[in-house]
Amino acid sequence: MKTKEITVHVNGTPHTKEVSTRLLLVHFIRDDLDMTGTHIGCDTSNCGACTILLDGKSIKSCTVLAVQADGKQVTTIEGMANGAQFHPIQEGFHEEHGLQCGFCTPGMIMRAAELLEKNPNPTEEEIRWGISGNLCRCTGYQNIVKAIQYAAEKMSTEAETA
Amino acid sequence: MIPPAFDYHAPQTLEEALSLLDEYGDDAKILSGGHSLIPMMKLRLAQPEHIVDINALTELEYIREENGVIYIGGLTREVALEESDIIHARLPLVSEVLPLIADPQVRNLATIGGNLAHGDPGNDHPAVMLALGATIVAQGPEGKRSIHINDFFEDFYMTALEPEEILTEIQIPVPPQGSGGSYKKLERKVGDYAVAGVAAQVTVDGSGACTSAGLALTNVHYIPFKVTDGEDVLVGSKLDKEAIEKAAGIASEQCDPSNDLRGSVEYKRAMVLELTRRALRDAANQARG
Amino acid sequence: MIEPKTSKKICGMGHRMKRKEDARFLHGQGTYVDDIKLPGMLFMDIVRSPYAYAKIKSINTEKALEIPGVLAVITGETLKEYNLHWMPTLMSDTQMVLPTDTVMYQAQEVAAVIATDRYAAADGIEAVEVEYEPMKAVVNPHKALDADAPVLRTDKEGKTDNHIWHWESGDREGTDKLFEEADIVVKENIYVPRIHVASIETCGCIADFRPATGKLTVHLTTQAPHAVRTVIALVAGHVGLSEEKVRVISPDIGGGFGGKVPVYPGYVIAIAASVVIGKPVKWIEDRSENLQADSFARDYHMVGEIAADKDGTMKALRIKTLADHGYTDAAANPSKYPAGMFSICTGSYQFENAFTEMDAVYTNKPPGGVAYRCSFRVTEAVHAIERMVDVLAQELGRDPAELRMQNFIQPDQFPYHSPTGWEYDSGNYPAALQKAMDMIGYDELRKEQAEKRARGELMGIGVCSFTEVVGAGPSKDFDILGIKMFDSAEIRIHPTGKAIARFGTKSQGQGHETTYAQIVAEELGIPALHIEVEEGDTDTAPYGLGTYASRSTPTAGAAAAKAARKIRDKARKIAAHLLEVSEEDLDWEPGKFFVKGAPDKSTTIQDIAFAAYTNHPQGMEAGLEAVHYYDPPNLTFPFGSYICVVDIDKQTGEPKIRRFVAIDDCGNIINPMIVEGQIHGGLTQGLAPAMFEELIYDEDGNILNGTFMDYLLPTAVETPHWETGHTITPCPHHPIGAKGVGESPTVGAPPAIANAIVDALSHLGVTNIDIPITPFKVWKILKEKGVTNA
Repeated sequence: MKTKEITVHVNGTPHTKEVSTRLLLVHFIRDDLDMTGTHIGCDTSNCGACTILLDGKSIKSCTVLAVQADGKQVTTIEGMANGAQFHPIQEGFHEEHGLQCGFCTPGMIMRAAELLEKNPNPTEEEIRWGISGNLCRCTGYQNIVKAIQYAAEKMSTEAETA
Repeated sequence: MIPPAFDYHAPQTLEEALSLLDEYGDDAKILSGGHSLIPMMKLRLAQPEHIVDINALTELEYIREENGVIYIGGLTREVALEESDIIHARLPLVSEVLPLIADPQVRNLATIGGNLAHGDPGNDHPAVMLALGATIVAQGPEGKRSIHINDFFEDFYMTALEPEEILTEIQIPVPPQGSGGSYKKLERKVGDYAVAGVAAQVTVDGSGACTSAGLALTNVHYIPFKVTDGEDVLVGSKLDKEAIEKAAGIASEQCDPSNDLRGSVEYKRAMVLELTRRALRDAANQARG
Repeated sequence: MIEPKTSKKICGMGHRMKRKEDARFLHGQGTYVDDIKLPGMLFMDIVRSPYAYAKIKSINTEKALEIPGVLAVITGETLKEYNLHWMPTLMSDTQMVLPTDTVMYQAQEVAAVIATDRYAAADGIEAVEVEYEPMKAVVNPHKALDADAPVLRTDKEGKTDNHIWHWESGDREGTDKLFEEADIVVKENIYVPRIHVASIETCGCIADFRPATGKLTVHLTTQAPHAVRTVIALVAGHVGLSEEKVRVISPDIGGGFGGKVPVYPGYVIAIAASVVIGKPVKWIEDRSENLQADSFARDYHMVGEIAADKDGTMKALRIKTLADHGYTDAAANPSKYPAGMFSICTGSYQFENAFTEMDAVYTNKPPGGVAYRCSFRVTEAVHAIERMVDVLAQELGRDPAELRMQNFIQPDQFPYHSPTGWEYDSGNYPAALQKAMDMIGYDELRKEQAEKRARGELMGIGVCSFTEVVGAGPSKDFDILGIKMFDSAEIRIHPTGKAIARFGTKSQGQGHETTYAQIVAEELGIPALHIEVEEGDTDTAPYGLGTYASRSTPTAGAAAAKAARKIRDKARKIAAHLLEVSEEDLDWEPGKFFVKGAPDKSTTIQDIAFAAYTNHPQGMEAGLEAVHYYDPPNLTFPFGSYICVVDIDKQTGEPKIRRFVAIDDCGNIINPMIVEGQIHGGLTQGLAPAMFEELIYDEDGNILNGTFMDYLLPTAVETPHWETGHTITPCPHHPIGAKGVGESPTVGAPPAIANAIVDALSHLGVTNIDIPITPFKVWKILKEKGVTNA
């Protein structure tokens, strides 16, 4: 079979489509679902611009087939905010100037989301290793580290008050 | 970069997967983590007619310890190993290699079985498994068979696996009391394939004498390279400077690296020498407690 | 830090205003070229040459055309029918769009497949059959001028060698004389290798030609949309693309760094395809194409020499350079400057005289010569001088910081006229270096180094005190294809006191939507939040030359202030009318005019804006808007001092940056947060070529590292924690005293790092290591010197 019907739950909404089996997940998200926040920066799974969450795990969607996401939960950058209200990670990037051209940003944020999920209070060193699969050409990473630290603090405060 | 078209099969059971492989043989490729296969397909270096996606075979994702052996399912993700208490407690050598493999996103999908089955001398697990004396379990149409890791890597990107077989399990004997292991990797940048990598695993007795040693190298030979002569030098020694120096020298001489962007043959041999010293020193210190 | 003059509400200059552009990017709603989808859009993919130099014997498109979804295959022959198979470069050379007979570098465009989707297009290029006859390639530029080297540009009538041009600057005889008389002469070969900007977004376009209207809209990854529109009209005017029918839209750009200045063949092919087929055609290159075919940067082989007195006084500088331009000179420089601003090579020092000359040659490599985040070859010049000063210090046995202090151009010498003809606007070099030394604890580090050296450990301290030259440029000297290098701002104030401002530049991450708004806020007192900034659409924005070479603040930033001042002048007239006093009786403070001596009698800029549409004085034009085209009187000269500390592993050769202090002076600061961010990024793009990046070719011209697996961009792990600071020496000729900053750190960081690593090995007699300085290179030296036992 060179095509297959798949149902992928993207940011909580199920999408059922007949797709080519070789369709890359990143193209499914961008071209078929018109959610273009997830970017493509390389072809060799080095840059991380295409990072999304697949069943909660950060993965590089340029190196996964759409058919592999059948029946699974996908979270993209479009699913992070609550309306216009930033997620704490997005807020961190804004407050700490963690983005410039914005192209690597969605992938960085999605990676940070899983990083903070697993390690709510990371050190600078842990953050740097944690985002080592994401390339940024503009910021020199320093403010991205600060942005993730900002989010960590905000999320732990929110968790305490909740 | 777009992969060529293929027929896609997503078996739900191991049996189903094996029967698909039996049917398509060489025309099929197994898709597990996909982080070697899919990039090769995108570059059109691989153009399989059939993809057998085994990711639904969750029965192959496990880490457990029984009777002095650690059993790891072939489909176990690198991240699961990274987060496993058993691995941290029992196999410090494996613990040390995990964060050095690719990057966190890749480790979320990549599997230990795929890392080994690809037969890439640049991958990090093969040397570690050679040092630990692991056994590979392969399942095919005829049933299961065990392959000692020493017999697993046959040629450049060639393993003892048949096209109809799936690597279902890795068995690692739990190192006894008085053991230590270390992996040293020199890389051009984080996540890169090694310029050179060295896995060392040793056990000492009460007198401090080495009773067993595993020593293997990453990316400096056409296959993952087990330094048997170096191991022989270590066993029976006190893992003193002299023995370590001798084993490191053997490793450096016997490996057969190539000249490439990562450096010259001479440089790689020198790095094997130094990394072997470091890995053995750390492993020995750990073993001595 | 200078206190901002405006309130936080207005948020003029000096405020750490959070970026206005952030929200769309953070929500995943940025619009990059590949995010745009047009009805009926087709996709293009490109067949590329596997050889560096070959004759094309035949191209068979039959099998490709049989693939479902493939509509057309375009070759050089197709384009030749329209005389579009060659195009001019910015340096008045010529470049193939698609070849008709010969390919000149590996990965050169050979044919293009047009299909209904990207997957079919990708299959299509695999099915195009091209028969080549490979030829012996010219790869080594040092051999390009050998008598037996094949002449590459046989398309050029009468061309008998691979020489492109000879360029020189300064006084040859005067300099030679100083060298003859000098106590000490030091000389070093320094190579600054071929590298690639590798913005995370690759290049691409959607060419959208509508047959019904004859209008072509091109959505394009370009840093200079207006110039591209004119180029399209000049190149394709003969096929009906008249300039009023061409609209270039540069949407959100995922990093530029100079790589999105050129017009690439892929753009032209997509435009031709859209015109011929009458449907929108999208072309997005992949990373391999980006690295292997798009413009390179640097690739200067330099020989530097300094003549000096015994006491360390530097007298004269000589640099001779061989520039490898690939198969055509497609560099991106102002037209009169084939070697860009390389003659800034006397740097921050007083030389009595200087002379520099350069020869450019053709080789079988991709064309280019873009800037990789620097102002036209300044990085090469700064690397040469800053390395040479260290070579001299080593020869003299002097501390490199002290030797710099001794030879700096002093603060009272500005404006300073350099021996190669530049007029440096302002600077205080000793202050910046002293600040860096204090911040890093220089003297303590030297003590530590001495102790470590005695123990056999390798530690180095590297200093770099660079002078940049940015903001091209004054119209008397600077043009691109004849278009003067001014830039522009157009500001319109709406009746409710809000504004829209449009510019001829184009942000690629620099934060223009915020900083330009802050400049206008500073001048008019309208809150920056209420000033919408737009760039990149040639149908709406005023003409300008675009964003590169740190020119946005020096040119368009100045235009913003000037246009705002024109508006303020008119606002004053309206205020006088509203307050029923004469203009001379009014004083201004940000946001309002008030009557001198009666501050309660005032009118706000918002009231004035409303009046401009509802109650303007009789005889005055309604509305409140202005345009300014700013022609800078001079370039600006940002500067800084960087100090880097490295420790080297004696066995593996790995250099590790322990600390890096960067003191920058970019004149007055518009937004300190953004400036700091630019410096972090620039430093990292200085680290990259210093230790990681180089495009490597084998002797047949095959690229050996054309993907991100081997072209090594540093990650967060390799990147050190930067320590930054600044001094402020305002630009005397810029309306707001600013100089531009984005590129200073890329220019200053490589020599600081190289100097630190060489310093760690200087006691072994090492005087230079060419960047990128990898563990392998360091190990080879350690081995040769018998230092390592690995």
